[in-house]
Amino acid sequence: MEMLSGAEMVVRSLQDEGIEHIFGYPGGSVLDIYDAIFQSDEIEHFLVRHEQAAVHMADAYSRSTGKVGCVLVTAGPGATNCITGIATAYMDSIPLVVLSGQVPTFWIGDDAFQETDMIGVSRPVVKHSFSCRTAEDIPKAIKKAFYIASTGRPGPVVIDLPKDVQNPLNKFPYEYPESVSLRSYNPTLSGHKGQIKRAVAALVSAKKPVLYVGGGAIIANASKQVLQLAEKLNLPVTNTLMGLGAFPGEHEQFIGMLGMHGTYEANRSMHNADLIFACGARFDDRVTNNVDKFCPNAKIMHIDIDPTSISKNIHADLPIVGSVEVVLQQMLDLIDETKASNDSKDIAAWWDQINEWRAKDCLAYQTSDTHIKPQQVIECLYKVTKGDAIVTSDVGQHQMVAAQYYPFKEPRQWINSGGAGTMGFGLPAAMGCKIAFPDRPVVCVTGDGSIQMNIQELSTCMQYNIPVVILLLNNRSLGMVKQWQKMFYGGRQSHSYMDSVPDFVKLSEAYNHIGIKVDTIDELEPALTRAFELKDRVVFVDVAIDPEEHVYPMQVKFGSMEDMYLSKTEQTDA
Amino acid sequence: MRRIISVLIENESGSLARVVGLFAQRGYNIESLTVSPTNDNTLSRMTITTDVVDNATLEQMMKQLHKLVDVLRVSELTQTPHVERELLLLKVRTLGSEAREEVKRTSDIYRGQIVDITQNLYTIQLTGAGAKLDAFVATMDESSEIVEMVRSGVCGIARGDKSLRA
Repeated sequence: MEMLSGAEMVVRSLQDEGIEHIFGYPGGSVLDIYDAIFQSDEIEHFLVRHEQAAVHMADAYSRSTGKVGCVLVTAGPGATNCITGIATAYMDSIPLVVLSGQVPTFWIGDDAFQETDMIGVSRPVVKHSFSCRTAEDIPKAIKKAFYIASTGRPGPVVIDLPKDVQNPLNKFPYEYPESVSLRSYNPTLSGHKGQIKRAVAALVSAKKPVLYVGGGAIIANASKQVLQLAEKLNLPVTNTLMGLGAFPGEHEQFIGMLGMHGTYEANRSMHNADLIFACGARFDDRVTNNVDKFCPNAKIMHIDIDPTSISKNIHADLPIVGSVEVVLQQMLDLIDETKASNDSKDIAAWWDQINEWRAKDCLAYQTSDTHIKPQQVIECLYKVTKGDAIVTSDVGQHQMVAAQYYPFKEPRQWINSGGAGTMGFGLPAAMGCKIAFPDRPVVCVTGDGSIQMNIQELSTCMQYNIPVVILLLNNRSLGMVKQWQKMFYGGRQSHSYMDSVPDFVKLSEAYNHIGIKVDTIDELEPALTRAFELKDRVVFVDVAIDPEEHVYPMQVKFGSMEDMYLSKTEQTDA
Repeated sequence: MRRIISVLIENESGSLARVVGLFAQRGYNIESLTVSPTNDNTLSRMTITTDVVDNATLEQMMKQLHKLVDVLRVSELTQTPHVERELLLLKVRTLGSEAREEVKRTSDIYRGQIVDITQNLYTIQLTGAGAKLDAFVATMDESSEIVEMVRSGVCGIARGDKSLRA
């Protein structure tokens, strides 16, 4: 059997797992692993400027490809800098394996230099974690980590690697396990047959059904089944923020995103539905609004691979534990087999009602002669990229506007931090996507607050030539915070204004990138066109937008799903 | 509602911390927790007593426990016939032979045992359900001075054929 050191085992195990890209930052506790990486031709490593960015890159790499993202960092601050990234992945169920160095086993507990209990610090935001106390533990731990991260409800897994365990002088027999089985971990994939029957019966007898599709449908690669089911039964479909792209954004049956900044038609359809079929969505508070007023007449059917998501916030009348893809396929097969169908007259009447709500055209907005509106920027982005770009975003108004105004054609095209709401996610996320898809246009839609939270990664872009487009909707303020302050805090703009926003064009140029400033609407399309034509350069497009624009529709706090502000002056009847 | 949850979990370092962390982070209450290896020493058995407001919370708590990768089985004991026991060790001050007699008598009534004595202190061991232990402690508190007390927390098992195994 081949003899390898612990450090070599780490690298070989990753190779044997099929890992091609890894994101990280070296330091004392992982020098041996970095030395082994230096001698490997199969793994490409990207050196970031801050460990948080490494995790976001690996995370978005995973979101855009479906593969497991991989991170390598050193002990102490190297590890703790990853926590926000790990929490971000955890909230959105993204499979990651984070390898963190640790002080030697004989120093653990002694408050040694750069010692942090990473297993303890990360515990609330990981799916699982391993600490390798001998070199022989390493291949098994890595195999298990990838298995756990990528199966069931995916999530991040941390592996703690003490320095002495990596010692290049001590060699041990190496064998990478072919498979792994854990007696305590067996995710359910297919749905209970009785429940499938009941679900089909409920779905075809519903008069006002809504298909409510979340990120779980994307993770499970269930878009085909969602589309088939929706088309077969002519169902209206709404996507969550995390589910955008799971159902084509320009499909006639798509009624828009739902929830806090969802469309009028999506939120009203939900509220008035008699059946809500949740597929890989988790009734998040940003969707339901006040749970006591949530969809009073609807029977709730819920597919989720994670039993804890079912009946957590909203009681499910018909729960189905399983993968969205497998369960929907089971339902489709049963529908074909039994030739089950719904009453087309009922559904037509429901569509008449929905189309009446649609006619409200809730995403219409006022343009201005003096200011560029954020909505215009996203519409222009859509036009210039023909809807084909991978769009990452940060968190805030720009994120909501991107979600509302860029209809995503396919899954894994919209990459954002939905659950955790992590500002600073967008740029490293775009980089992770670009590394995965070098030939696709990748754009980070961001704000002047968010971009400055990981702006140091412009340097990483320079080092590895990762030519993403950064589209900054610059309103010189923390727009979403300001919107809330204007609406709910008597207009007191406490610390939401930035009067020292840097010159982003010069900043980009300092990193040898191209910066373009856009101040008028006429400059917008040429600037974006040029940005996407410069395929081998990072282009930073800084667009000055109307600082007073709010995001609408917006649900009224403590209201039902259909209670919404529609503009600064218009509100639905409460 | 007081509930007793039994958990069968991999006997590995960090397993207990995951369970305790879960309760802390989700705001669940732990009244008592006992844990020790089983006859198969790769497995640990935990008994957690908790107070939940409703069945939905209990259901979520059990699902969250089961979601932990280390956890093999989770079951709730109080809704079916079960045996629950707790161990109490109580150290009381006994001044004079009359007081010692009284402590001995009360312990006997509760089927407790005196497991250690000094000139002025008796240490009594008592097992039983929580309510019996509470009653004993209250009685002793009236008749003597309690110097120190320790309770093991509840251990529970289902009656009859039901069993919690890997």
